Amino acid sequence: MDQKEIKRIRIVKRIAQEFPDGAIVNLGIGLPTQVADYLPKDKTILLHSENGFIGLGPKAAEGSEIPCLVNAGGQPVTIVPGGCFFDSFTSFSIIRGGHVDYTVLGGLEVDEAGNLANYMIPGKMVPGMGGAMDLVVGAKNVIVSMEHVTKNGEPKILKKCSLPLTAKGEVDLIVTDMAFIRVTKKGLILEEIAEDTTVEEVIKNTDAKLHVAGKLGRF
Amino acid sequence: MKPVLTPEKAVENIKDGASVMVGGFMSCGNPFTLIDALINKGSKNLTLITSDTGYPEVGVGRLICRNRVEKLIASHIGTNPESGRKMNSGEMKVTLVPQGTLAERIRAKGAGLGGALTPTGIGTDVEKGKQKLSIEGKDYLLELPLGADFALIKAAVCDTYGNCFLPMSAKNSAVVMAMAADYVVVEADKIVEPGGLDPEKVTIPGVFISAIVKAVLPASNLRLK
Repeated sequence: MDQKEIKRIRIVKRIAQEFPDGAIVNLGIGLPTQVADYLPKDKTILLHSENGFIGLGPKAAEGSEIPCLVNAGGQPVTIVPGGCFFDSFTSFSIIRGGHVDYTVLGGLEVDEAGNLANYMIPGKMVPGMGGAMDLVVGAKNVIVSMEHVTKNGEPKILKKCSLPLTAKGEVDLIVTDMAFIRVTKKGLILEEIAEDTTVEEVIKNTDAKLHVAGKLGRF
Repeated sequence: MKPVLTPEKAVENIKDGASVMVGGFMSCGNPFTLIDALINKGSKNLTLITSDTGYPEVGVGRLICRNRVEKLIASHIGTNPESGRKMNSGEMKVTLVPQGTLAERIRAKGAGLGGALTPTGIGTDVEKGKQKLSIEGKDYLLELPLGADFALIKAAVCDTYGNCFLPMSAKNSAVVMAMAADYVVVEADKIVEPGGLDPEKVTIPGVFISAIVKAVLPASNLRLK
């Protein structure tokens, strides 16, 4: 396993510990999807799939794919016992109405005010927001999962986002390969750092102001 | 009773410049037979309203790649590179709408409402040019109803009153689209007589349906990988 994959797994494993028993969770495409592989076995956590069901299960085994059972990325999946199907209107009523407990999304930039930019880079990447704007506004808890810095080593946690926003002031938690940061009214609280880093390193790689928690954890 | 038509007959009145809603999500639930008939008919300059533009050569994505769409209203185009290319070159006018807002706008039209008030998009580019209202201390955007001349949807089973059963995650956008278009065609794998579909299993009431077409292209046409 390469270094990058080890860091990605560290992020998703940490996030998987956040959900209480009985939580309804929506996982975005990409890194957030991997959270599903590390959900604690002793808790019942149901995954919401925005294309129209609760109880998203593992990928369908080869040969037993069902064309009308796919995840939000269009890949054939399964539904767990106790799951249920619904249409888009109901699905986004569940999202916007505050019936999803946690949403985990990727991020391009997050800032001190809990603003998130993750859906476009003008002139370069304009895929559309899909369900992201609804999820960030509607879910009770918004967790951003991302690498701490860009490919070029630039901070992604900023004083102020520069890219077009997905939503304003909705982020609750930022989990990266270096840090576990809570967004509060007083600013960003650095609550935990990764096992192979230091507070100084985290601060050096963060543009936003970080308040270090009194009792700092490790993950 | 609703007319059971050939695919060609069902899309006959979709003239150049018409607005068309197409059900489905990442090609799951796209009406493949009707899309094929529409492509063969050669209709162009369409306004296409759909959740996403799927993949280049599957389902609704084919309408984009074959230059049939002048205006697109969708929430996600990232998996079909042709959509992005046409948007950047100016060949196609694209309006990107948050997925939940798209569903609400279409539902508002179908439900006879004057719009929907949603917090989605507040503080983002989405709020540009829209009326903002404060209700009980919280800001909302007024999103206007969205209808179309035609809606093309897919069902597993349809009775001749138009009652439809849509399985599993294939329900998606078809349910609201069926309410919001002037002429709604359902493509069904199986067409049954009244009584052949358990009323408890009706996903879309037949009252919304204008015409029925027997699916010719199999569900295996869906992209599985």
